[in-house]
Amino acid sequence: MQIASSWKRSAALLAAALLLPLLVACGGAAPAAEPTAAEPTAAAAEPTAAPAEPTAAPAEPTAEPVAEKDSTLNILYWQAPTILNPHLASGTKDFDAAGVILEPLARYNEKDELVPYLAEEIPTLANGGVAADSMSVTWKLKKGVKWSDGSDFTAEDVIFTWQYASNEKTPATTASNYNGIANIEAVDANTVKITWKAANPDPYVAFVSYSGQVIQKKQFEKCIGEVSMTDAACQAANLAPVGTNAYMLKEFKPGDVVVYVKNPAYRDAANTYFDTVEIKGGGDAASAARAVCETGEVDYSWNLQVPKAALEPILAAGKCEAVAGGSFGVERIVVNFANPDSALGAKRSEPDQPHPFLTDLKVRQAINKAIDRKAIAEQLYGPTGVANCNILVVPTSVDSPNTTCERDVEGAKKLLDEAGWKDEGGARTKDGKAMTLYFQTSINTLRQGEQAIIKANLAEVGIAVNLKAVDAGVFFSGDPGNDDTLNKMFVDIQMYTNGPSGLDSQPYLEGWTCAKVNSAEGSWNQGNDGRYCNKDYDALFATYAKETDPAKRTEMAIGLNDFLINDVALIPLINRRTPNAKIIGLNGPTHNTFDSGLWNIHAWSK
Amino acid sequence: MATTVPISDAINALAEANNSKVTRTLWGDAWRRFRKHKLAMMGLFIIVFLIITVLVGPTFWTVDRDALDFAYTMSNPIPEHPFGSDELGRDLLARALYGGRISLAVGVTAMLIAVSLGSIIGAVSGYLGGYVDEVLSFITNLFLSLPTLPLLLLTVYLFRDSVTAVLGLELGMFAIVVTMVGVLAWMQTARVVRASFISLKQKEFVEAAICLGVKQTDIMFRHILPNALSPIIVAATLEIGSAILSESTLSFLGIGFPPDTPTWGRLVTDGSQYLQIAPHLPMIPAALIFITVLSINFMGDGLRDALDPRSRL
Repeated sequence: MQIASSWKRSAALLAAALLLPLLVACGGAAPAAEPTAAEPTAAAAEPTAAPAEPTAAPAEPTAEPVAEKDSTLNILYWQAPTILNPHLASGTKDFDAAGVILEPLARYNEKDELVPYLAEEIPTLANGGVAADSMSVTWKLKKGVKWSDGSDFTAEDVIFTWQYASNEKTPATTASNYNGIANIEAVDANTVKITWKAANPDPYVAFVSYSGQVIQKKQFEKCIGEVSMTDAACQAANLAPVGTNAYMLKEFKPGDVVVYVKNPAYRDAANTYFDTVEIKGGGDAASAARAVCETGEVDYSWNLQVPKAALEPILAAGKCEAVAGGSFGVERIVVNFANPDSALGAKRSEPDQPHPFLTDLKVRQAINKAIDRKAIAEQLYGPTGVANCNILVVPTSVDSPNTTCERDVEGAKKLLDEAGWKDEGGARTKDGKAMTLYFQTSINTLRQGEQAIIKANLAEVGIAVNLKAVDAGVFFSGDPGNDDTLNKMFVDIQMYTNGPSGLDSQPYLEGWTCAKVNSAEGSWNQGNDGRYCNKDYDALFATYAKETDPAKRTEMAIGLNDFLINDVALIPLINRRTPNAKIIGLNGPTHNTFDSGLWNIHAWSK
Repeated sequence: MATTVPISDAINALAEANNSKVTRTLWGDAWRRFRKHKLAMMGLFIIVFLIITVLVGPTFWTVDRDALDFAYTMSNPIPEHPFGSDELGRDLLARALYGGRISLAVGVTAMLIAVSLGSIIGAVSGYLGGYVDEVLSFITNLFLSLPTLPLLLLTVYLFRDSVTAVLGLELGMFAIVVTMVGVLAWMQTARVVRASFISLKQKEFVEAAICLGVKQTDIMFRHILPNALSPIIVAATLEIGSAILSESTLSFLGIGFPPDTPTWGRLVTDGSQYLQIAPHLPMIPAALIFITVLSINFMGDGLRDALDPRSRL
């Protein structure tokens, strides 16, 4: 009895064991079956498409677009928006979701040019909007713009947005864009004059792009300061801002979905194409890519940060187009100039503790020469990134032509020999100490692939590497209580992507000056995580910051980039493209270097 | 039905038992019965085979587990790469062999820690009863209510640097992971053992032992414990599987082994990105975990039947 029953049980288990791989293997081997399964969804969204049509492209609207009356635009962000107040936003997802409702004075387009939104025109030196002494800028606002609640948009709203975002007590993530403003004065109801605290070579730092969205004074008036996040009414406003853009909020479930409807008060409401816009959040990058390219459930997917080997077959399904171009930032290796040795205790990674060997230029050059950027770009990034030698790549005018970064293993070995690191097989040694680097980055399949390649590259020249991967939520958090953040950088080298936030490169290049060196004293938050400090760079930067002539500034920005690259202050790897995807037939989405991917959503159509 | 045995067989069996009286032991009996359990023998065979393979495999399959080969990225199983290769052309067989050592070692060590702790605490608590039982049961319940994952995160975060400084990166992480997974998983065993001890300590043979003046520890561990082995073994086999999975959870969160240490759980995580285009990448390591856990469960099934002193086969 006992044997028989245990036999039956075991046999059932075994049968399950044999069946399970088969089932999964079938699912894996036949991806072509999936689009058919999801077809009803796509057909339902497209009332005009004939549901009986079993072809591979059910999402193509065969009928004239005019016939589509009740149309919905489905957007998928694999990170879900959690707040719709752009000044308290914590990530791109929030800025983008807010931008469907709110508008800045001007936005960047796909060619990195400024396009007026709430402004009548872009102020320049030529039209007198920008003062010759760079001390002020005057914006003329569009007349007759209304908020979605019917009230008028005026200069007061612009002034209020500055007061709100620059208030020290408001936890505004956009504060740095507004802190340089000394005063804003309403010349009349439709003109504002911004006066800077000091001569400002970048007049477009405030009220432009995703960080410049104007909020309504009437709605947020009582929300300046700490109450912005604590008061119940302010909390509600943060989740449902009144806006001026083509769509207004219908429903928002933080962390899940945002539903927008046409804003009847929009200045060009007659030409707003979609009745409903829905931003759905959640999932991961790969499933987001499949939703637009394979099943066609959604019309637009954001940030397909998927390794090439997984992305290319998805794109090949043929239902979507990649919206790529511009630059999403430069993937770089930051070199720690301070000593991260845990034996130092509280002095760990403090700027006054020089790194034992990374402060040696020859060692840094050797690391730079040993890395195979081409392999990283071709094997991992594919269409979403190219090998790159510069730290400043956008706008293209400042992308330096003077640098090279060919792989040179022999050259790297020679440099290490010259620096006194002896090769006796395995890791090189000097004075009895082996050269071992701790290398951290965030958890992401793509980045772990990069780590593996770089580890192999460095092993080839005799540098041992220990890898560490940190949860992205911790790594990028800036939390002074956590030792695994990129700001503290308690490792020798680390890798992530960053880039300038606007056309002007000054705030970005300032990140390598001595004044910005991260230390415990400043909560590790100053911005120079590698603790690179060079008097010559500081001097060059100081002259650059004083220069106001655009042509000269471009030239000097290139010079600063070249200085950093020649001194191997850090090691740029990949110029990343923003890989968004749209369904074929959706008109409007473009790539955008400095601004949101939804920058022109008012003009999208299908 | 099955209990009716022909008289002649019964007499033969009795005679046999009489003849071999001197040589029969608990473990001898158990082994004899275990061998009759076909699935358990199959499980044992597979486990032994896996252990030998991961131990000696790398001496025969000499491909470097970290060597990149861009000529063979995402390759299907071919003679050069019998298990295929990942997106960087790293050989999956070499990685699975190396990862198997770690995963099996983590599973077995964590199980040993959990089961030893659980058995001792459960035995003491169940046998002594009273005030001791109350305190130990309280501690057991306390541990059961601890949120495992945050606690694991905290421990790794607090002790990672100091332990890896002493033991090295991989061994240090191994020590932390194994200890923590073991220390946070003994409670189920303790409860089961406690329950068995409470019922067993009323039995006549225990009373007899007490009358004979046997030491308390001997009664607990020599007389009662063998009778409580079956639930312990079931708990132990389950624990191996869950320890292997706990390790992969930690690796997935980036706080376990370094990201380039190819434990089986890590290989599944990495390969899951490619489930559609290269299903063998996650499927092979997943199948290895699956076969291991299943085989151990079969073995546990057989062991339980074999060790049960009341089932005379």
